[in-house]
Amino acid sequence: MTVVVRTITRVLLPISLVFGGYVIMHGHLTPGGGFQGGAVAASGLALVLVAFGVERLAGKKGLLSVLESLGGVAFAALGFLGLGVTFFANVLAGSGGLFGHPVPYGPNPGDLNTAGTLPLMNWAVGFKVLAGLGAVVLLFGLFGGEK
Amino acid sequence: MIGNLPFVVCMILVALGLWTLIAKRNLVKLVIGMSLVTSGVNLFLVSLGYVRGGIPPIYTYAPAAAPMVLPTPQALTLTSIVIGVATTALMLAFVVVIYRHKGTLDVRKIRDLRG
Amino acid sequence: MSVHAPILAIAVPLLGGFAAPLLARIHRKVRDLWVLLVVFFSGACVGYVAAHILSSGIWVYVLGARNPQETLAPGGFPIRIMLTVDAMSAFMGLIAGFLALVAFPFALKYIPEEEGKTLALTLSLLLLAGILGLAYTGDLFNFFVFLEVTSIAACGIIGFRTWISRAPEAAFKTMVLFSLSGLFFLLASAFLYGEYGALNLAYLSAQIKGTLVDKLALALFLAGLIMKVAAAPVHFWAPDAYGEAPAAKTLLLVVNTQVSLYGLWRVLFTLYGGALSAGVGWLVTSLGLLTMVVAAFMALVQVDLGRLVAYGAVSQIGYMMLGVGVGLVTLAGRPDYGFVAMKGGIFHMLNDALTVGLLFLCVGAVEWTKGTRDLRELGGLGHGLPGVALCFLLASLALAGIPPLNGFASKILIYEGSFRLSPILAAVAVLASILLLAVFARAFHGAFLGPRAEVKEGLPWVFLLSMGALAVGILVLGLVPGFFVEELVAPAAKALWHGRALYLAAVLGG
Repeated sequence: MTVVVRTITRVLLPISLVFGGYVIMHGHLTPGGGFQGGAVAASGLALVLVAFGVERLAGKKGLLSVLESLGGVAFAALGFLGLGVTFFANVLAGSGGLFGHPVPYGPNPGDLNTAGTLPLMNWAVGFKVLAGLGAVVLLFGLFGGEK
Repeated sequence: MIGNLPFVVCMILVALGLWTLIAKRNLVKLVIGMSLVTSGVNLFLVSLGYVRGGIPPIYTYAPAAAPMVLPTPQALTLTSIVIGVATTALMLAFVVVIYRHKGTLDVRKIRDLRG
Repeated sequence: MSVHAPILAIAVPLLGGFAAPLLARIHRKVRDLWVLLVVFFSGACVGYVAAHILSSGIWVYVLGARNPQETLAPGGFPIRIMLTVDAMSAFMGLIAGFLALVAFPFALKYIPEEEGKTLALTLSLLLLAGILGLAYTGDLFNFFVFLEVTSIAACGIIGFRTWISRAPEAAFKTMVLFSLSGLFFLLASAFLYGEYGALNLAYLSAQIKGTLVDKLALALFLAGLIMKVAAAPVHFWAPDAYGEAPAAKTLLLVVNTQVSLYGLWRVLFTLYGGALSAGVGWLVTSLGLLTMVVAAFMALVQVDLGRLVAYGAVSQIGYMMLGVGVGLVTLAGRPDYGFVAMKGGIFHMLNDALTVGLLFLCVGAVEWTKGTRDLRELGGLGHGLPGVALCFLLASLALAGIPPLNGFASKILIYEGSFRLSPILAAVAVLASILLLAVFARAFHGAFLGPRAEVKEGLPWVFLLSMGALAVGILVLGLVPGFFVEELVAPAAKALWHGRALYLAAVLGG
């Protein structure tokens, strides 16, 4: 790809990753959440793949696999965290600790520190989707062409 | 009757997708037909939640208390979209592998498993 | 902790599947041990749930509530996802748990390391989690999600050996069909949601009236689930899929099909219970007859042993549909012979899982030894593999319904019930059995009898252990069927036949 495309990609990749992280982080306040933010961030990875070719990312396959598995394990483990009450019970909501502020009632400016295990699950799903979609695009680039 | 128009459009999308699955011979076009059916069903799900004059179901910086559109169909549609992405990725992966073995994408020529 | 047993049976294989690639990086033996631990734990949870339900009644578990029994939100409306396990769900869970316990040790030895064993094990654990989720759930949309999870995992397993050209072709066909069936199911749930505003099975069941939208949703449910169940005329994915998957994983695919059949019964009996006409029952019965006959005839001309056994498996689905279909036709009057036919159909699910499972394990053992499944090249294996030959003979006789094996025990119930409804049904079923006996006699002769062929190495003891467990099950179920029918099958059949009011009361009445 030409110099113009590569330069723009170097500028856009951090922006897309940060925007994806923002969408993941604010999933309990604004539209978004785990899958949507992960897909936005994965589009940044796809842009790198198109602009720089597959060889630049080919060594990262192992890292993507580990990240994906960690995301899945974290999501399931957060469900197990509530086993004192029921599975998937939101034990951190309203408890005052991490993400523990009580949720205000009615239209409000939005407090990031609320909603208990939901933001943590959003991060787990976001990492898993980023790694999964990134691996899909990378593997199509590596193995999808002529033999 | 005019209130049913969104649902009719979604059913037309589903019917077009089904026709693509039946009538087309290229494997990638079959995947596209599958994606059309998925899109039609997702649109149908989202349009179920419409409330006349409703605002998005978000409390952050919401305008004054107005009727909100139902949020549950939006959650259902999101789940369905994610499943559609995974399904499309898997089907395309199999199309790539079939092409590497057979050199053709024509469904009528890929008939190893017959009878 | 035991109060969480239903969700643990689903969540632990899910966690195990996600963690398996991480543990494989440490050492391969760690991953193998982890998979075995997960499957044993899940099997133990399934057994505990079944024992609890057979003694105390329906178990409702609400996810994310303040206590596991809090089904209704203030206002009297169920809003959370819940697992509603009655006797029929527990029965399906038992089948899945037992077959997983048999299949996973076989698979750990069968799949070679260089062929991506970690991926196969991860997909299989996700498939197991999905199957148990399908059996236990009490919510319509949750059923759809688990349906799609099992579809994707199953197609991943089918197309696993990408270096032969047949496997991805089979996987593509199967994926299109599974995906379409899931979308039809979702469309039907969307119709019911749009009309009644709820997705909970029990709440919808109390509200269903039989309007035009309900009938459209019923048609879509039937279309989607009949495609997934491999009933004729949409059965053509099953022989490809069962034939191309690695042999031990085919057991999980067979259980997947049976749990989809359970989903069909759940929709027809519990969701639509009062609002069905007898026409639906006749549709299910005639499709069952068609499946039996078409699959038996197609099995006659196969030369690949795996596809032959797969066509046998497809024809057995016809028997299950016939048995429970007779119950559906007579649901209005509830005569005794309808209940007998339903007991036969449901008992046949267990017997078919064991029988077809044993046949597929034998095919896997043959492929491991000789490297081919073509009947024209096999022959004389009975001298070198006596255990496998004996198991294949036992399972073939059981499939064809020869006393005193378990196939006969369930088929006699089906014949008895369907004969009282219409003699033609029983006559066609018996003819199909005879045809299958001929098919499997030919297969046994072609593969195992004849002049001695050389066998390059002995079988691992794990293979013989798994096959022996299934063979013991077949013999026990055939020699003492009365105990199992009274303790396991009759409560399950009663849960569908009479038990709709109890199901609704367990969720809504509390």
